[in-house]
Amino acid sequence: MAPSARSVEAMISVRNLHRFFGDKHVLDDVSFDIKPGLMTGFVGGNGAGKTTTMRIILGVLAAQQGEVLVDGQPMSAQYRANIGYMPEERGLYPKMKVIDQLVYLGQLHGHSAEASRRRGLELLERLQLNGDPTDTLESLSLGNQQRAQIAAALIHEPVALILDEPFSGLDPSAVDTTVEVLRDTAATGAPVLFSSHQLDVVERLCDELVIIAGGTIRANGTRAELLAAELGNDWELVTTADTGWVRDAGVHVVEFDGGYVKFQASEDDAQRVLTAATQRGRVEQFGRVRRNLHEIYKELAQ
Amino acid sequence: MTTTQTPPLTPRQSFWDTVGIVAKREIVQRFLSKSFIISTAITLVVILAAIVLVPRLGDLFDGGTTRVAATSEVASAHSSLEGVEWMEVPDDAAARAAVESETADAALVVDPSSPAGVKVLGLDTEPQGLVNALAIVPEVELLAPSAQASWIANLMGMGFGLLWMMSAITFGMSIANSVVEEKQTRIVEILLATVSSRALLTGKIVGNSAAALVQILAIVLVVAGGLAYNGTTMPVGNLTWPVIWFIILFLIGFVMVASLYAAAAALVSRSEDLANVQQPIMWIIMIPYMLIIFLSNNPLALTIMSYVPFSAPVAVPMRVFLGQSAAWEPVVSALLLAVTTAVIILVSAKIYDNGLLRTGKPMKWREGLKAEA
Repeated sequence: MAPSARSVEAMISVRNLHRFFGDKHVLDDVSFDIKPGLMTGFVGGNGAGKTTTMRIILGVLAAQQGEVLVDGQPMSAQYRANIGYMPEERGLYPKMKVIDQLVYLGQLHGHSAEASRRRGLELLERLQLNGDPTDTLESLSLGNQQRAQIAAALIHEPVALILDEPFSGLDPSAVDTTVEVLRDTAATGAPVLFSSHQLDVVERLCDELVIIAGGTIRANGTRAELLAAELGNDWELVTTADTGWVRDAGVHVVEFDGGYVKFQASEDDAQRVLTAATQRGRVEQFGRVRRNLHEIYKELAQ
Repeated sequence: MTTTQTPPLTPRQSFWDTVGIVAKREIVQRFLSKSFIISTAITLVVILAAIVLVPRLGDLFDGGTTRVAATSEVASAHSSLEGVEWMEVPDDAAARAAVESETADAALVVDPSSPAGVKVLGLDTEPQGLVNALAIVPEVELLAPSAQASWIANLMGMGFGLLWMMSAITFGMSIANSVVEEKQTRIVEILLATVSSRALLTGKIVGNSAAALVQILAIVLVVAGGLAYNGTTMPVGNLTWPVIWFIILFLIGFVMVASLYAAAAALVSRSEDLANVQQPIMWIIMIPYMLIIFLSNNPLALTIMSYVPFSAPVAVPMRVFLGQSAAWEPVVSALLLAVTTAVIILVSAKIYDNGLLRTGKPMKWREGLKAEA
């Protein structure tokens, strides 16, 4: 299937969103960018504000403050109608044929019935829907319903994708085909935002990462930037000599065992320890403890 | 720096295009549903059967002609009797024997003690057909005949009432179910990201009104066909104007009922909760039906009902049928109904818009009206 030939290449920017539910401040000054052509992962725990943010981007929910921009201009209703959206709670008509619902949604988005049917059939085949396109949704397995749902978000050749937990309920191979299809859309220059609480999936797939917790953005950037920015102050040192002396070097030792020591220190203190170590023996290994996304996320989300 | 290019955005559907797409889906889904097809078919068959068979029920129980044994003198004296097949026997004793041996259904024998001069013999049941045929019915003259017989008026009232109640509830519930289905499955989020809630609501009302109209026209055709087949056995008079007014008022009134149902459905998140919130609407539809049955012979009550929007679709055609209303009166009723409907649409659209994305506990009608973005 030829990927969508449309290329709008616009950046969606979320600026200073605030949203209250009653007294609860569920979004507190939320700002981030969804860059064209990139997959942006939106990570946060339950109730962190992911779904609320996505609903506001789609105009399904209003923000009490803040705005959603497309290339610096407030998002137009026309652009919004061209976004592919997959809500958190899955929803299509249970008793309607899968292909009929795709045609219906395509038409609501302004496409002809014939074009929608053609694209719908292509999408279902591409997503490896296991069953007949004329089956009713309720007669499909959960995994296949999920595929139909993804097809529904893509039926109108969207210029941007906002997907709430698109991979939940998919088996690993289905995740791979879905990712391929989403990447094709991103490759046309569409900004793609997808939320997930499965960090391993996000780490593998996304180009950019936005971490939200308690309604505030905790970190935001490429994976490498994030890993670099959140290096932490844990150091590891391996020498040929015993490392017991490090306990008296004015730094906090986390653990030590013969020639190995792990300690917390500022950059300067760590360099001081290194200099001392080279005087006592041969340093075989020295450096900051690399943390993975999971650890960074856990720390940021607290 | 990105170069400015014409964004190949697909233009949004216009409001009425969206309404058309939504309405088409509603109609197709309705007409494809098995329960709808079956219930409509049953309704039509029952109506046809009632119209064509009821006036003939008497014939059915008469069991056609009666074989009557009698002597030739008796038979020729009563030759004008209808529904009787004469079986000539030599004497009265032979006539009695014919009944006993069941070769005749009844016998007519000479009986000087009877004022009629004859006696009817039956085997184990009274030969009703023969007895009725022999009975003498006096001439009746009505000094102040009404335009329509009162039993016909009752029947018409029940007919219009039933048609209004059944169609309004059936298609009102179908709108309500369609709204709740979209809320419950959360597809409403995808829809609202694309189209406006107004377009969605309008499409649903247009679609279901059209489906209801088709069903009503089918019923009207069946009734008309049945009456034409019956000829004079059921003297209903001219139904054209009552039916035209019924259809006009039904369409306006149904839009009112449909928007109420849509608003009610937007208050709940699960179809299980629907029964509760739609109760008040059910009463609004059912009370006129009950009133028209009891009050079809009360001109004052009918006049009042024809100006109350909720009962106008039932009362106006009745008054037109009974010849009780001046030509301008149905027009005023229709205008009153239209104004009420417009107000109810505005209120319902607000509740619908407020309720669509709410989840959890059913809302109260008053909560639904309060603005909350």
